[in-house]
Amino acid sequence: MQKSRYGRFGGQFVPEVLMPALNELEEGYERYKQDTKFLRELNYYLSEFAGRSTPLYHARNLSKKYGTKIYLKREDLVHGGAHKLNNTIGQALLAKYMGKKRLIAETGAGQHGTATAMAGANLGFDTVVYMGAKDVERQKMNVYRMQLMGTKVYPVRSGSMTLKDAINEALRDWVSNVQNTHYLIGSVVGPHPYPMIVRDFQSVIGKEVKQQIMEKEGRLPDSIVACAGGGSNAMGIFHPFIADTDVKLFPVEAGGCGIQVKGRTAMHSASLGAGEEGILQGARTLILQDKYGQILESTSVSAGLDYSGVGPELAYLADIGRIKPDSVNDQEALDAFHELCRLEGIIPALESSHALAYVRKMADSGELGDLVVVCLSGRGDKDLETVVKLKGVTCEGKI
Amino acid sequence: MKIEDKFRQLKKNNEKALIAYVCAGDPSVDATREYVHALVKGGADIVELGLPFSDPVADGPTIQAASDRALEAGMNPDIYFELAASIKDPVPLVCMTYYNLIFRRGVEKFVKDCAASGISGIIVPDLPIEEAEDMLKACKTHDVDMIFMVTPVTDKGRMQKIFSKGSGFIYIVSRLGVTGARDDVAESTKEVLAKVNTSLPKAVGFGISGGKQAAQVIAAGADAVIVGSAFVNIISSQNNVERRLEELAREIKFGFGIQ
Repeated sequence: MQKSRYGRFGGQFVPEVLMPALNELEEGYERYKQDTKFLRELNYYLSEFAGRSTPLYHARNLSKKYGTKIYLKREDLVHGGAHKLNNTIGQALLAKYMGKKRLIAETGAGQHGTATAMAGANLGFDTVVYMGAKDVERQKMNVYRMQLMGTKVYPVRSGSMTLKDAINEALRDWVSNVQNTHYLIGSVVGPHPYPMIVRDFQSVIGKEVKQQIMEKEGRLPDSIVACAGGGSNAMGIFHPFIADTDVKLFPVEAGGCGIQVKGRTAMHSASLGAGEEGILQGARTLILQDKYGQILESTSVSAGLDYSGVGPELAYLADIGRIKPDSVNDQEALDAFHELCRLEGIIPALESSHALAYVRKMADSGELGDLVVVCLSGRGDKDLETVVKLKGVTCEGKI
Repeated sequence: MKIEDKFRQLKKNNEKALIAYVCAGDPSVDATREYVHALVKGGADIVELGLPFSDPVADGPTIQAASDRALEAGMNPDIYFELAASIKDPVPLVCMTYYNLIFRRGVEKFVKDCAASGISGIIVPDLPIEEAEDMLKACKTHDVDMIFMVTPVTDKGRMQKIFSKGSGFIYIVSRLGVTGARDDVAESTKEVLAKVNTSLPKAVGFGISGGKQAAQVIAAGADAVIVGSAFVNIISSQNNVERRLEELAREIKFGFGIQ
C-alpha cells in the first residue's frame, strides 16, 4: 500500500501549487514525530494546557439501565470542551517547529475554530479562521470566543455558506500564502498527510482508553462506539485498537432526517453508510454526491457531524469490514442527549449524543457485548440553544 | 482541431495564442455557444470550456459564481458533451473540470466522450501528476492531450516530471492564489517562465485581465496567455456580452504585437 493511501482511499487530489506544501508538511511531521524535544513539549501541553489525561468514567446509571457495563471516555473535559484541542495543539506545535508564522483553519459550528484559536494564542500565531456566513450567524458565541483569543474570523459567503465552503475558502487562502502559513485541518479528512497527522494526534484518546480499561477491568472492551462526521474522535479512539480484532468498533453517523436525498441536499450526513466513492477536498473517500459527481449538502442537528464526506481511513476500514458504521437520526440523538443529562449529570455534545443513541438502540441486541466504551467527544453547553429551539419535533418541514 | 496543430499554425504565422475560458452553461447552453463564437471571432485561438463543479477549490469567487449559475441552470456532463460537439468554430476545445466529475463518470468513459465530442485536451486542477496515471492512460488511448500546471513553487524536479507526462501545452500559474482577474501581472511570471524548460508551448494564466498585461506576459517569453475571469465577468454582467467578449479578445490578441 502506498503511504498516502488506505487501500484505494486517500491520496492527494489537490492543485499543483499545494504539492510542495504537502510534501514539506509530511517531511516535517516525519522528522518531529520522533524528535524527543518535540514530543516532550507536546506532552507538556497535553497535560498542563489541555488537561489530559481525561477520565474513563463508569456510567453507573446508564449501565444499569441498559444491562451492560458502559464507560464514557471524557473528552468533554479537555480544555475547550471537546477532543479538538488534542489535534490543534499538536499541529500548531508542529507548525511552530516548521517555522510557520500564520495558522489558518476552517470551522463549522466553531469548535475546531475555537480549539485553533486557543492553540494559536498560546503558541503566538497570527490566526485566521474561515467560517460559513450562516454558521457565523448561528454560532455567535463561538465567534466571540475566537475573537477574544485574537483570531480573525472571516465569514464565507460563497456556496451554501457552511463548513464545506469554509474549507474551500481556507484552501484558497493556503494556495495564496503557502510559504508562511500552516493550514490546520480539524479532522481526519483532506489530502495526505492530514488524515494520518490528525489521527496520530487524536490517538492519545485510544491509547489512554487502552491503559485505563486494563487498569479498571483487566481486559479490553467488547466494543467501542464513537460518532463520526469527518471522523477525528472515532479514528482517535479506534486507532490503537485496530489490531485487537476482538474489539468491535462502531462509528455512528448522523442520520439527520432520514437516509434520503431532496434536490441537492442529502437529509443526512451518513457518508460511510450511504455515500459513494469519489474525490472531495483532496482525498478519495465516500461522499454524498449526485449521479454526476456534484457534491450534495448534508443535514444534521449536530453541526460537527454535518459534512458531505468522511475520513479516507474510515472509508477503508469500513470497506474491509474492520469497523461497522451505522447511523441514528436527529430525534434519537436528542433523546440520548436528554437521557445522559438526567441519568449521569453530564451534558453531552449533540455529536457525542449520536454515539450514546447508538448504545441505546443496540443495547438489547447483544451486539455491543458486556463492556462498552463510548467516546464522549465533547460537552453540550454549546448546543443548549439548538436543543431548546428543537424541543418537540426536529425534522418537520424539512422533508 | 489538435492543440499541437494550432500552435504549429500560429508559429508559422509568427503569432502567439489567446486561450479563452468560459464556463459551460453560464447562463445557458445556447448562450455559451454564442459566447465561444464571439471569442473566436475576436481572436481566441483555443477555448477552455469549463465543466462546472459544485466545489471548485482552485477557482476564485468569479468562476465559482459562474459554476453555481451554470449548475443552477441545469448543466451536467451529458449536456456538456452535447454542447461541445455542437461547437463548430475552428479552434481546439479544452475541457477544464475537477476530478470527481471524471471519476464519477469513469475515467475511460469521460475521456472517450471528450474525444467523441471534439475536445482536444483536458485540464484537471485538482489532479497532480502523482494521481494522474489512469487519466494519462485514457488520454493516450483516445489521443486527447492531458495538460498539467506548474506554479512559482514547483521545483525543478517536479517540473521535469510534469513536462515528461503532459502534452498540448504547459499551463503556467503565474502567481500563488486562485483564478481571478488582477490589475498587475506578478513579478513571478518572469521567474517562473525562466524555470520552464520544455519544448511544449508555454501558456500563462491566473490574473490576466487586459491587453497590456497580456503583452507583458508575451514579452516575458510565453507562447500563449490564458484569460478566464475577465471574460466571465463580462458574461455575468449580462450587458452587451457578445460584443464585449469579442472586443476584449481582440484587444488582448492585438495587444500581443504592441509592447
